[in-house]
Amino acid sequence: MPKREDIKKILVIGSGPIIIGQAAEFDYAGTQACQSLKEEGYEVILINSNPATIMTDNAVADKVYIEPINLDFTKRIIYKERPDAILGSLGGQTGLNLVVALSEDGILDEYGVEILGTDLRAINKAEDRELFRSLMQEIGEPIPNSTIVHTVEEAVEYCKTLGYPVVVRPAYTLGGTGGGFADNEEQLKTICEAGLKISPVHQCLIEQSIAGFKEIEYEVIRDNNDNAIVVCNMENVDPVGIHTGDSIVVAPVQTLTAYEADMLKKASLKIIRALKICGGCNVQLALDPKSFKYYVIEVNPRVSRSSALASKATGYPIAKISAKLAVGMTLDEIKNPVTKTTYACFEPTVDYVVTKFPRFPFDKFSSGDRRLGTQMKATGEVMSIGRTFEESLLKAVRSLEMKVNHLYSKELHEYDEEALLSLIKECDDRRVFAIAEWLRKGLSIKTINKVTKMDMFFLEHIKDIIDLELLAKTKKMDVETLKELKKRGFSDAFIASLWEVKEDDVYALRKDNHIIPVYKMVDTCAGEYKSVTPYFYSTYETENESIPSDNKKIIVLGSGPIRIGQGVEFDYATVHCVDTIRSLGYEAIIINNNPETVSTDFAISDKLYFEPLTSEDVMHVIDLEKPMGVIVQFGGQTAINLAESLVERGVNILGTSLESIDLAEDRHEFENMLKKLEIRQPEGETATTVEEALVIANKIGYPVLVRPSYVLGGRAMEIVQNDHELSHYMQNAVKEISHDAPILVDKYIVGKELEIDAICDGEDVYIPGVMEHIERAGVHSGDSISVYPTQTISKKVKDTIIDYSIRIGKGFKFIGLYNIQFIVDKNETVYVLEVNPRSSRTVPFLSKITGVQMSNVATKAILGHSLKEQGYECGYHPEAHDRVYVKAPVFSFAKLRSVDTVLGPEMKSTGEALGSDVSLEKALYKALVASGVSISTHGNVLMTIAGSDKQEALEIAKRLANIGYGIYATDGTAEVFEKNGLHVHLANKIDQGEKDNVIDIIREGRVNFVINTMSSKEKTHLDGFLIRRVSAENNISCMTSLDTASALVSILESLSFSMISMNDLEKNRC
Amino acid sequence: MKRLLVLEDGSTYEGIAIGSDNYKIGELVFNTSVSGYQEVFTDLSSAGQIVVMTYPLIGNCGINRDDYESINPSVYGIVIKDECKHPSNWRYQESLNDFLLRENIAGIADIDTRALTIKLRDNGSLKATFANEGDDIEEVVKRLKDYEIKNLVGEVSSLKTFSIPGSGKRVAIIDFGIKLNILKELTVQGFDIIVLPYDVDAKTVRSFSPDGVFLSNGPSNPNDLKGSIETIKELLPDTVIMGVGLGHELLALASGAKVTKMKVGHHGSNPVLSLKDNKVVIANQNHNYVVDKESIDETELTISHIALNDGTVEGLVHNRYQAFSVQFYPEDSIFDEFNKMMEKENPDA
Repeated sequence: MPKREDIKKILVIGSGPIIIGQAAEFDYAGTQACQSLKEEGYEVILINSNPATIMTDNAVADKVYIEPINLDFTKRIIYKERPDAILGSLGGQTGLNLVVALSEDGILDEYGVEILGTDLRAINKAEDRELFRSLMQEIGEPIPNSTIVHTVEEAVEYCKTLGYPVVVRPAYTLGGTGGGFADNEEQLKTICEAGLKISPVHQCLIEQSIAGFKEIEYEVIRDNNDNAIVVCNMENVDPVGIHTGDSIVVAPVQTLTAYEADMLKKASLKIIRALKICGGCNVQLALDPKSFKYYVIEVNPRVSRSSALASKATGYPIAKISAKLAVGMTLDEIKNPVTKTTYACFEPTVDYVVTKFPRFPFDKFSSGDRRLGTQMKATGEVMSIGRTFEESLLKAVRSLEMKVNHLYSKELHEYDEEALLSLIKECDDRRVFAIAEWLRKGLSIKTINKVTKMDMFFLEHIKDIIDLELLAKTKKMDVETLKELKKRGFSDAFIASLWEVKEDDVYALRKDNHIIPVYKMVDTCAGEYKSVTPYFYSTYETENESIPSDNKKIIVLGSGPIRIGQGVEFDYATVHCVDTIRSLGYEAIIINNNPETVSTDFAISDKLYFEPLTSEDVMHVIDLEKPMGVIVQFGGQTAINLAESLVERGVNILGTSLESIDLAEDRHEFENMLKKLEIRQPEGETATTVEEALVIANKIGYPVLVRPSYVLGGRAMEIVQNDHELSHYMQNAVKEISHDAPILVDKYIVGKELEIDAICDGEDVYIPGVMEHIERAGVHSGDSISVYPTQTISKKVKDTIIDYSIRIGKGFKFIGLYNIQFIVDKNETVYVLEVNPRSSRTVPFLSKITGVQMSNVATKAILGHSLKEQGYECGYHPEAHDRVYVKAPVFSFAKLRSVDTVLGPEMKSTGEALGSDVSLEKALYKALVASGVSISTHGNVLMTIAGSDKQEALEIAKRLANIGYGIYATDGTAEVFEKNGLHVHLANKIDQGEKDNVIDIIREGRVNFVINTMSSKEKTHLDGFLIRRVSAENNISCMTSLDTASALVSILESLSFSMISMNDLEKNRC
Repeated sequence: MKRLLVLEDGSTYEGIAIGSDNYKIGELVFNTSVSGYQEVFTDLSSAGQIVVMTYPLIGNCGINRDDYESINPSVYGIVIKDECKHPSNWRYQESLNDFLLRENIAGIADIDTRALTIKLRDNGSLKATFANEGDDIEEVVKRLKDYEIKNLVGEVSSLKTFSIPGSGKRVAIIDFGIKLNILKELTVQGFDIIVLPYDVDAKTVRSFSPDGVFLSNGPSNPNDLKGSIETIKELLPDTVIMGVGLGHELLALASGAKVTKMKVGHHGSNPVLSLKDNKVVIANQNHNYVVDKESIDETELTISHIALNDGTVEGLVHNRYQAFSVQFYPEDSIFDEFNKMMEKENPDA
């Protein structure tokens, strides 16, 4: 059927900030959907609060609203724009939930807005456990025994007959938030209580546990003419029990016979037809490893993380096609964008093995609970493609950027049998490395099979890798062995360590014997039809399909998996860089390995190489393509870190040179440079031993900020107050300390933090904006609320910052983007904290609000077009004062059990939201609402404040009392407040009483916010930690910085009417 | 041990020997099935072929007792990328290699099967065989060039007539190399089945008074099967007929259409558009020959299905007689149609 002509204007809902369970995959899906609709001639209106995405670029939709994705703001947009239709199924769970809310509100009927894609009844049938269950029973598809509960008591009662173990799944939550396995009544109570709270409809499913079954996924797509196809099937290496987002996943399925695969395919198609879904849909099934018995676990009636993976794994663009189906087209009339000769109504066939490997944040959250379960914990993922299973797996492993180049972890190598087995048993995120180590010790593979229920197919292949290691050790520098090792995906670096030679020696031996990879095309049809997709992966075979052109070309390195400190912002910068390169007439080639992102959409670049970002893998592409140069400054620290090894191999780095990078990143050179430029920085030195660090700290005086050099997102950074804390830090937080990896010890300055992003062409500097942080120094810039234009600093300070920024750009000879963090103390002295010689987290934010397309301008500068030539005079971009822009961090604490939510120098946020309006308070309101804080104009607050902060907190408490907020406080805090005339409800500390203690108060939802600060002495104090955790798990905002609290109170004040009695007014007049 | 795959154009591919050393000359074709290697290797439509599997990991589940498509597999050889040494599946009975040895089929692993597939796609299928290291390749190539591809229906068809009793309509199957799965489907439908050799004449067919005749799939060039075409021609005016694969091609020939050889054929899952309701089915295919679209105009046939991607004929309905056929392996619902047609024509039987 041709596309609908009766609708013209479509409102598309984005997925909002990046959180665990809802990440960059929705930027990819959303961007594709908007472009696909525009392609068909529709006017597209977009709402998305996430400024860091490509989706919120002006060019993606006709009108982009970066506003909070909730009922209130979306309604305002509908009033204003009057769209004919709304599309929510491409904005993740957020999008679906909003469509449901809008429909229930009645506004869609009132304004005649039609829901496109899957209709609401279908969504309900898939999402509502009870409706879903009855539908499955109706069509005869088996589901595990289960029941819906609304109270903990119901759950306990049900399980008395069902028995344990059971799974608890809260309804309508994303990434399985709040769910878990319960082995007994006690566990059930805890999990169920949390689950009921977190579910927007206060509903949980209690389900018979099918842990140990194979977890199989089908990505299916259906049109309104009932054509339905399977795009891809996938098999989780980890059986049912570990969230698919946290599992290692392979595509296509490996351990199923055609009969079994067909059985599950038929079930999936039957379900998508019964649900009458229009567009992409994900069906998760559990298959008994020893019979044909299977269960349907879950259906996601929308595009998802799995569909992004399936799109990249097969080349079939699910989101793009889904958008076209939503406007009435059918699969058999849409051309397959890959082959351009066949149609979208086909099932892609692959001739390679895809491995997805999750990336966990435990390198940053060392206290986090590393045991995996039904609640997703990974922040991102990598994908790899190979022609053997081993190749695919090992490429994925070295794409992770976890300092591993093989299925080998130095840390685990030291573990004994028992320690390894317990990691494996507990489903620790390192379990695959532990399994490898276990097998390396020659221990039984059957034990692992018994404990993990992982299929022997996967375990035997891991064992093959270990056996090959053993064989290789005995055949040092043997060419035939080397061939086999490369076919099985071993990296040069690991082979070198096996052979105790240099990596270069392995490379040389390979080159001499022509053992170099070829590149194969991802073409959706296993070579059956001719394709022109510029999408390639490496393997060690005979025929190379990636034929380099004669064009002038440039390679851009991507930023790899999404992790804390390196998010979707870098993908944004990469995509813009590539666009600009192409617009200037060069061929742009991307190397990246993140399946979730826009940059790995093969339509973005002239050529996409889906490869690990290691010097070996990157060099292979360079050797083949022979580009003019490589751009590393947009791919975050990942790409910057490769610069040195690439230069050593004779590669031309375009833009800021390696020398300039080193000037910024090497502590001593940096110090000297700043001295030369007469710019102050906090006093500090580098230490290579614990003793040295103590000497330095005592010389410059406590408090000091300590961190390893070459940091990413402030990894393992801490403020310490005395010798004892410093020694503790050095022993615990620092894994490795040496001359190559020294520790920085800096004076900690109390003051205001500011940040700039700038572009330098080597001669001139252009600074689009200075951003001011709400939180004082000490909170990582990525976790601070950031405001533009600045609100509280003097012109003098701003001029100094601009002057310093220009001096640094010129002095360091930067070409391209750089970012500087400043701190200003009470006396208005400006210090430089750090200089990042690359694109930063704030580039998309600043580009969007100032209109200076920083990545584009920088790319042009890198390619020789001076700023002047581009129309930018050296200096500061004029600030517009008609609007205030606020960027607020978004955390995923509810998903990361036992991670302390207190803000500090170590970054913890996973995403960000933008709020903008005519006043700071309005902008802050939007930013906070968009980041998930619920703001009510009246209610209660719980305050537990450290001794040194009490005076400051009193002011906040007074302001809260003034607008009628009730205050709960623990004894010390309460005493201070009451002395000052405030009325306070006393909250018991945890050990002070069973009733009415702080935990109960939070759990029972008696307070709207928690303000909790801690002094460094109380760091290990359990109460504070519990207060913060319980808040996170109960969706109650807990502010750990008084600056954030004060900002929030300003919002509340602006929303409230002030109440003053006439008598007080009289008094005030006197 | 090393082994070579030799093609009639003189090219050779070095790999690792798997299976037996029964080096036959076969037609090299590729198959894009991902998990159905056991079905592909035992499908009698693959008789005389050396099959290149495009999916690189083969043998993951081993071979089981249930998923055979024939009792005597007649594939002439297999070409794969990576043989799974540790098969894993609860129905696993023997490894791929053991199966190949037992069935005396030669194979080769560690081949860049994608390169080979692209070559076949661009050049069309080629004759090929295996050789050992050190063999006189020129001599092998000469043998390949001189070799004429035989019609293998006679080798794979049942030699004797036998019955599979059922309580439903009586179906006479003319066996050109029937897939067991199709036989299973027909049995599930409850038909009272008589299986007949491929060279049966119309009179013999009639002697069983069938309610319908089923023309099975099978290997090779249908134009060679003159006798079968005659049989179908004779039966057509007064018999309900359903054809699948080779059976479909034969029905077309018997109705006056032409059947030609395709460049590479369809081997794997591909979309087929039903012209009746404009719906697409993803069909499992394994055919090298196709009914010539233009030749249909001069017959009493109507095209009921086409391949979505290349528009070739995938299904036919006879305008005058009670006959229809599909080129692909049918879903269960098509047998319903067959049954209905028989009910209508022979209500009392």
